[in-house]
Order: sequence, then structure tokens, then C-alpha cells
Amino acid sequence: MFEEIGTTEDGYMVINIGPQHPATHGVLHLVMTLNGETIVKTEPHLGYIHRSIEKMSESLTYRQFIYATSRMDYLSSHINNHGCSLCVEKGLQIEVPERAQIIRVIMDELTRIASHELWWGAMAMDLGAFTPFFHAFRERETITEIMEETCGARLTMNYICPGGVMADLHPDFQKKVKSFITLYKSKINEYNELVTGNIIFQNRMKGVGYLSKEDAISFGCTGPVGRASGVSCDIRKLYPYEVYGKLQFDEILETAGDSFARYMVRIHEMNQSIRIIEQLIDNIPDGEFLAKTKAVLKLPKGEFYQRVETARGEFGVYIVSEGGTTPYRIKYRSPGFSNLSALPTMVKGSKIGDLIAAMGTLDLVIPDLDR
Amino acid sequence: MTNEDLKNKLTELFPSATFEEGGEFINFFIEPSQWKSCAKELKEKAGLDFDYLFCVTCVDWKTHLTMVYHLSSTIHRHSIVVKVKLNRDQPEIDTVCDIWKTAEFHEREAFDFFGVTFINHPDLRRLFLTDDWVGFPLRKDYDDPINMIKL
Repeated sequence: MFEEIGTTEDGYMVINIGPQHPATHGVLHLVMTLNGETIVKTEPHLGYIHRSIEKMSESLTYRQFIYATSRMDYLSSHINNHGCSLCVEKGLQIEVPERAQIIRVIMDELTRIASHELWWGAMAMDLGAFTPFFHAFRERETITEIMEETCGARLTMNYICPGGVMADLHPDFQKKVKSFITLYKSKINEYNELVTGNIIFQNRMKGVGYLSKEDAISFGCTGPVGRASGVSCDIRKLYPYEVYGKLQFDEILETAGDSFARYMVRIHEMNQSIRIIEQLIDNIPDGEFLAKTKAVLKLPKGEFYQRVETARGEFGVYIVSEGGTTPYRIKYRSPGFSNLSALPTMVKGSKIGDLIAAMGTLDLVIPDLDR
Repeated sequence: MTNEDLKNKLTELFPSATFEEGGEFINFFIEPSQWKSCAKELKEKAGLDFDYLFCVTCVDWKTHLTMVYHLSSTIHRHSIVVKVKLNRDQPEIDTVCDIWKTAEFHEREAFDFFGVTFINHPDLRRLFLTDDWVGFPLRKDYDDPINMIKL
């Protein structure tokens, strides 16, 4: 029996964080059991934005279901589309033109920078610093404008489709991307001066939300979360797709496993993305941007799995086909879902104030968890 | 380890497993009663070291359900797919969340959408849907006249 509402039998206090809380960046609900200020138990409750995209996809054709995936991890919508297109192409054995491959990779990396910039601003805001948010959005806006010109959309692009990309690049694309790279390089030092080197910020981040390497693997943590714990899990390096195998870039690995390590991985990753774009932007070959495919796509009977590296980690698409025009079953392995499952272990025993510093570096996008 | 070596090794370890051809990964079926011991072997056996469970899902084949586990090794970088056929009326399988911690959430998802019961799971409740939801939406015979739009 509960003696009073909100208190457990052991005298611990139970509080709800969310579903409407600014630090959860959406509708995540955490039920926290606290002993004074110390976290005893964290229980995530999901499903507030569950739309059953997997069930919907079962009645959509192989061209249509890709649009729904933009609505999952909306900050990596290009990369989600990319993963699904690759999976369909794997089933149909479509050869993607080289021009399309390079456009896709450039777009992926621009998406990654935009996503990390938004995370950087929002992360600092969670910790009480408001200015970085405006700095981050200023640079992110440049990327969004580049996207808008070429793809016609700012958030849910739906630009990548089976066979290549939907439309050719805007004539100004190369010029604008180059000017973005110049702008970015002049600003990244500003980011580091403003936040990274700040002693108050470092004190709040270091040693917080520790995740060991064994736990990171066991929980299936990927992306910057896994790499900050020393797990080599960059799909672009391990299972290269498109032209990633030919590119020069480093997989960022940290060993500390705390919030600051996750922060640093993302900061360095933005630089690596810039490095990839620099290698490709002057080398976009001429030619087709879309391979010729049949109007109605029919995947052969069988199972297809494709993984790609989104801004949050490993995104997997598992298609079970019965030979028809619609998939028999689709499963999306979303990176945020596995990363969130590590949160209760990460914050157990720490103070409630550190929860936000730990959760912020997981970079959760709730529609990606809920699907 | 290449797919060929893996297959030989797995045949040796699990004589009752049946392999399925095609696909990029090695696919094999195992009996529900053997799944738990098989999972332990896969995780701990030197040379296999499948420490990373990256995808857990279920497929409704109308006559039976199939649990699908995608496993990978962060040491040797090889991947396999393990499948377990379950009775559709009373799907029951041992949990593996003590072997791979990520399974706890993924199994709750499978319970939520397919109604698969995981024996010894520490906290088997609905994850996405509300607790009073009736039915298992990702099953093929599920029908919801209000929320489902049919064209």
C-alpha cells in the first residue's frame, strides 16, 4: 500500500518527467524513482507519438513507404530514405548511377552536420545556456536553404528514391555548399570557445552518465553514443555503402564513455563530414541522376537487410518480401530506441540534475523511438 | 569468419538447426526449447562471440509466428540471423535479456505488437500502446475499424 501518492513503500519519491517537458525534446515520458536527489530507477514510457509506420508500410508500395520513413528520425530524413532505397535496390539489384551515389553521400553528410548542429544548440539550452541555440540555428539555416533549393523541402526531404535521386542538383548547389564550408570553418572555433572550453560546461559533463564499453555493446548502442564508449560501430567504415569505401575520413573514437566524450565525438564528427564533402563537391561526375526502373517495383521473394549510419547511429531496414508490390513485413531498427534502453543504467545512482546532461547527449528524437 | 566457415561451425554446434539458403546472412532455424542454450553458446563460444544483438523482430506467417534475431560480433565482424518458429495461438519463448541487455526493450516491443510471451522477462508490459489495448496490431488478422483506413 502506498502511504501517500507519489511515494513508494521504501519511502522513495516518484516523479514524472514529461511527456510534456522541454528537455525531452518531444513526448518522452520518464518515471523517476528518487531517494532524495539520487536516482534509484528510471522507467521510460514510450508511444505518445507512435504511428505504426511498420503496419502502414505493409500496405504501401516500395516507392511509397520511403516517404513515411522521413517522419521517423526527421533530423536524418535523408539518411532514412537512403537506407530504405538501398534495401529496395539490393532486392531488385539496381545499379545506381555514380552521379546519384555522390549526390546521396553529400546530402547525407550535410544532413549529419545539420542534425549535430541542432543537437549542439539544444544540448546547451538544456543545460541553461541560451545563446548557442541561436548560433547553431544560424549555420543550420544555410544547410536548410541548400536542401530547400535542391529537394524542395526543408525537413522531410524525400529526395532519395530507389534508383537514384528524385531531381538533379540546383545549378547553385556547388557554389553554396562551398560557401557553407567556408562559413562553417570560421564558426566551429566560435562553438568551441563558447561551449566546449567553458569550465562550467565541462564540469557538468565530465564523469556524468558513464556507459562502459561492455554495456554499450550489450545495449546495442551505436553512433556517437557507442563510439564515445570505445565501440567501433561506424557503418560507413565497417560495412561501406555507396562511395564511402573510397573516401578518406576517420572514425572518431573516445574511451571515457561519459557525456563529455559523447559531446566531443559529435563535434569531431562534424569536421569529418566537412572533410567528406570537400572530397566530393568538386568531383560530381556528369551523367544520369536516376537509373531507369520499372514503374511498379516488385521485390523477389526473400529477406533483405540494409544498415546505414544516421546522425544517431545504426539504422536498419529489414524487408520480408513475398514477391508482391507491397512488403510483407518491414522492421525499422531505429538507433534511438536501443540508445534509450541504456539510459536507466547510465543515470542510476547519479543526481537528478545530471539526468538532463546525460539524456541530452543521447540525442534522442522521439518519433524515431516510437515509429 | 566467412559465411562458409560459420555455417560449418554452427552445424557442428547445433545439429538440430536447419539452414535456409539465400540472403546475405547465414539464416538458421532453431527449436524454441533450445533457443536459450543456443543464445548462450553464440554469445560465449570463442570464435563466435556474437555480443551485439542489433535487431529483434517477429513476423506473422498466418500459420505461425517467427521470431527473428539479427546478431553480429564486434570482434570478428560476422553476422547471422537466428529464427525461431512459434505456435501462433500460444507463442512462448525464453527471454534473452540477461544475455543481451538490449533485448529487454525489443522483446517488450514484440510482446506489444505480436503478443509473444517471453518467459522470465523482468518487466513484460506493453511498451508503445496503452495497457488496456485489445489485440496485437502487427498480426495479419488484426482489424481496427476506427483507426485503420483501407483503400
